[in-house]
Amino acid sequence: MESKEKILEVKDLTINFNTYAGTVKAIRDVSFDLNKGETLAIVGESGSGKTVTTRSIMGLNASNADVAKGSIMFHDKDILKMSDKEIEAMRGAEIAEIFQDPMTSLDPTMKIGRQIAEPLMIHKGMKKDKAMSQALEMMKLVGITDAEHRINDYPHQFSGGMRQRIVIAIALINYPEIIIADEPTTALDVTIQAQILRLMKELQDKISTSIIFITHDLGVVAGMADRVAVMYAGKIVEFGTVDEIFYDPKHPYTWGLLNSMPTMDTADDSLPSIPGTPPDLLDPPKGDSFAPRNAYAMKIDTEQEPPFFKVSDTHYAATWLLHPDAPEVTPPAQIIERQKKYKEMQQELAEEAKKPVKEEEEL
Amino acid sequence: MADEIKLPAGSFDKLTKGDNLDSEKIAAPSLTFAQDAWRRLKKNKGAVISMWILVFFFILAFGSLIWSPHNPNAVNPQFANLPPKWPGVGINGFNGTLVQAGHRVNAYAQAGAGSSIHYWLGTDYLGRDLLSRILFGTRISLIIAVVATFFDLTIGVTYGIFSGWKGGRVDTFMQRVIEIILSIPNLVVIVLLILILKPGMTSIILAIAFTGWTTMARLVRAQTLEIKEQEYVLAAETLGESSWKIAFKHLLPNLSSVIIIQTMFTIPNAIFFEALLSYIGIGISSPKASLGTLLNDGQKNFQFLPYQMWYPAIVLSIIMIAFNLFGDGLRDAFDPQSQSRG
Amino acid sequence: MARYLGKRIFYLVLTLFIVTTLTFFLMKLMPGTPLTNQEKLSPSQIHLIYKQYGLDKPVWLQYIEYLINATHGDFGTSFQFSDQPVSYLISSRIGASIQLGVQAMVLGVIVGIVIGAFGAVKRNTWMDSATTIISILGISIPSFVLAVVLQYFIGLKLGWFPIADWGGFSYTVLPTLALAMAPLAESARFVRTEMVDVLSSDYIELARAKGMSKTGVIYHHALRNSLIPLVTIIGPVAVNIMTGSMVIENIFSIPGIGNQFVQSVLTNDYPTIMGLTIVYCFMLTVVLLLTDIVYGIIDPRIRITENRG
Repeated sequence: MESKEKILEVKDLTINFNTYAGTVKAIRDVSFDLNKGETLAIVGESGSGKTVTTRSIMGLNASNADVAKGSIMFHDKDILKMSDKEIEAMRGAEIAEIFQDPMTSLDPTMKIGRQIAEPLMIHKGMKKDKAMSQALEMMKLVGITDAEHRINDYPHQFSGGMRQRIVIAIALINYPEIIIADEPTTALDVTIQAQILRLMKELQDKISTSIIFITHDLGVVAGMADRVAVMYAGKIVEFGTVDEIFYDPKHPYTWGLLNSMPTMDTADDSLPSIPGTPPDLLDPPKGDSFAPRNAYAMKIDTEQEPPFFKVSDTHYAATWLLHPDAPEVTPPAQIIERQKKYKEMQQELAEEAKKPVKEEEEL
Repeated sequence: MADEIKLPAGSFDKLTKGDNLDSEKIAAPSLTFAQDAWRRLKKNKGAVISMWILVFFFILAFGSLIWSPHNPNAVNPQFANLPPKWPGVGINGFNGTLVQAGHRVNAYAQAGAGSSIHYWLGTDYLGRDLLSRILFGTRISLIIAVVATFFDLTIGVTYGIFSGWKGGRVDTFMQRVIEIILSIPNLVVIVLLILILKPGMTSIILAIAFTGWTTMARLVRAQTLEIKEQEYVLAAETLGESSWKIAFKHLLPNLSSVIIIQTMFTIPNAIFFEALLSYIGIGISSPKASLGTLLNDGQKNFQFLPYQMWYPAIVLSIIMIAFNLFGDGLRDAFDPQSQSRG
Repeated sequence: MARYLGKRIFYLVLTLFIVTTLTFFLMKLMPGTPLTNQEKLSPSQIHLIYKQYGLDKPVWLQYIEYLINATHGDFGTSFQFSDQPVSYLISSRIGASIQLGVQAMVLGVIVGIVIGAFGAVKRNTWMDSATTIISILGISIPSFVLAVVLQYFIGLKLGWFPIADWGGFSYTVLPTLALAMAPLAESARFVRTEMVDVLSSDYIELARAKGMSKTGVIYHHALRNSLIPLVTIIGPVAVNIMTGSMVIENIFSIPGIGNQFVQSVLTNDYPTIMGLTIVYCFMLTVVLLLTDIVYGIIDPRIRITENRG
């Protein structure tokens, strides 16, 4: 693989929200890192803390958010310790964000060309004319047809898919090192979703940027991500490469997520869901917060939070099931199926690796 | 990483459903809509205080039917224009003295009133007790406002439901009618109606109600249009319930919060118009009193006896403020989304 | 746009026609005549005066004549001032009313915008509380109470401005302040609500994500989006000012049409009441039409739908 240069490192991030009802422990001890050029997917239900995590990276959390501990290192600087000025200089230049709902994230009373050009004028002090001509180039790049004429149109004159392309253009205009995509396709039709995902993939190659991809939909992750982190109730419960998460998951919550995802080979029509609701983060339960919904819960789960257990160099999961003393459990049938497939894949890869690389030489 | 943690034996016993783990457990106690609204309202200090102020004024105004310090209509020329006098209070303004030609004089002594005579808020130009008249006037103002609001509400709600429920051309026509009414300044309409109906309490009530219902009708119509599309109404329709039964069973309860909130803003509006009409002289006329007529009376001697104007003005302003604050509080309580909207 | 305008002007004319018709027949129902001392007059004298006012003709003819005359501003002769045409009565007084109304509107709305915007930006601070208090007071306290307070303290006690009459800018200060309070409160509340909404919207967050500073976001995105809808309350505010002017002009003895309207009502001067009613409706419908047009011009969303529709 290419050389792994860490550009972002989140460590032990813990954020509380002070509300009138009490302190909401929104995220707890979240750690992950992001390498140059890779796509990291953060997957979880709504309310699991994905958005809070990314908003903190952007320095955009609400005023009642309280960073209890942790750090977010971007290159050599801690974003949490930056001044407002420094964060403003970083936002939209080095780290940019693509928002969830293109119908509401564009200013309804400003021409879209101006909206795309704004980051250039803010960060590069560019004159309007020059910024506009670059905006035009960017509109073409993200696939807005007839860009010359549409540059002076207003957002409501575009369809949802086109508006999301505009939002992407705004994020890309300064060629940021990191793009945070917060459920960028959730609000779109399924057919448009695929187009937008393809576009993001293409553009990532073109301008070699890293992407943090937030979603609740594992189906979207498969084609996009290099690595996956699964979040539940404000914590990361499992992370690994996309193959490891999809084909060799260890955490019962990941099992549940995968089980509730329709696949081509889902034989019958049943789509099992995870019973119950996420815990109240005002007062998270003692021990493993997933325990009440976990069919495999053990006594220890109600007493102590599970630490991360190592599965491979790239794959960790926080479940007591991985403790050496824990009894063997049989995962759901579908997961066993996946694991089998994964083993076959690994074998194929191994055999592939043994073969001499003939074909390439012939080319 | 964490493989070496030592754990007590039995830690890995499987839990069964009975082990106090309820995946469907919901932490917060469930509240009905009204309970929830009431709880939010109680948190709003301004609204709660306003509510008690209004209760206080209602009790005082209607209690004065049973007892008031003096007869509000008893004319007593000997004691005309006496300033406020509180028993045992020596502060200027409350000790029965006033400034005449640069000197502070004891008006009570001049009028030959004995030391046992006290008019808490003074007397008017006919020697009527101002406090009693304010209580009387507040009662009339409140009655006019509440009754006018009741008619306003009846017309507005009926019109709004009908317009929204019927939809189509009927709706368009009914909305045009409202637009035409709204393009005439409402005071002009009120004045014209009062002229036709002859000045008096009934005509004021009718005139205020006739011009005020359009806002209510518009709000109710908009809400009706929205509710009409809801599934439970469609379901009731499919099950063959009659339109009016649906309106009563499903629509009214769902409209209730809009209606209650709007009512709380209609009442002060009616109080305002009554006061204005009486103030310019086409409303309630003597010997009857309303806050407007008291202001009008007070204005005549305003430069020399300002208290005759201040007290009714203060009462009117406090009632208006209390209604508006209480209405704001109710709106925030019933519609939490609007909380951010303030 | 042209079609839309045509439609709106048609409705304007229709409204005025309906209002004129209604007031005409309402006035016919009224008791009272131009003759205050009818008993003392001989039948021939009465007949002569009726003829002077055109009251001897059948009602439908009077109506048609009134309609025709009204289209070129002739509303008959006043009962109160029997030698003056109503149109003269109105035209000689309308200037003062319009000056007061416009001054109050401009002052109220501009100060309201500033206060409301500060309240929203500094949400949940003392400035926000001040905004809320000002708007509650402004909406609650009737303009005529405020007028008397101003008259007493600023006019009488401090002697800064004349307390009544008309004749130069200083005379307009107190009545303008009294009239401006309601529009001020109304627009402060409206702008605050609108701006709080806008500030929590996704596009403001996107603008922040672009790296724009807080003040930059307010200046470039929030202000415009919260001020555009303010146009919609100009109509109701105009009504408010017209209502207020009737009593404010009375309190400050200003020779305007509001004061005249009240006087006409008190003296049963029906031709003047009718003429003023029509003039008030005309002014209000024109204001409503203008605000609609302005809204269409400044809000791109409406502009486009009108063009395509």
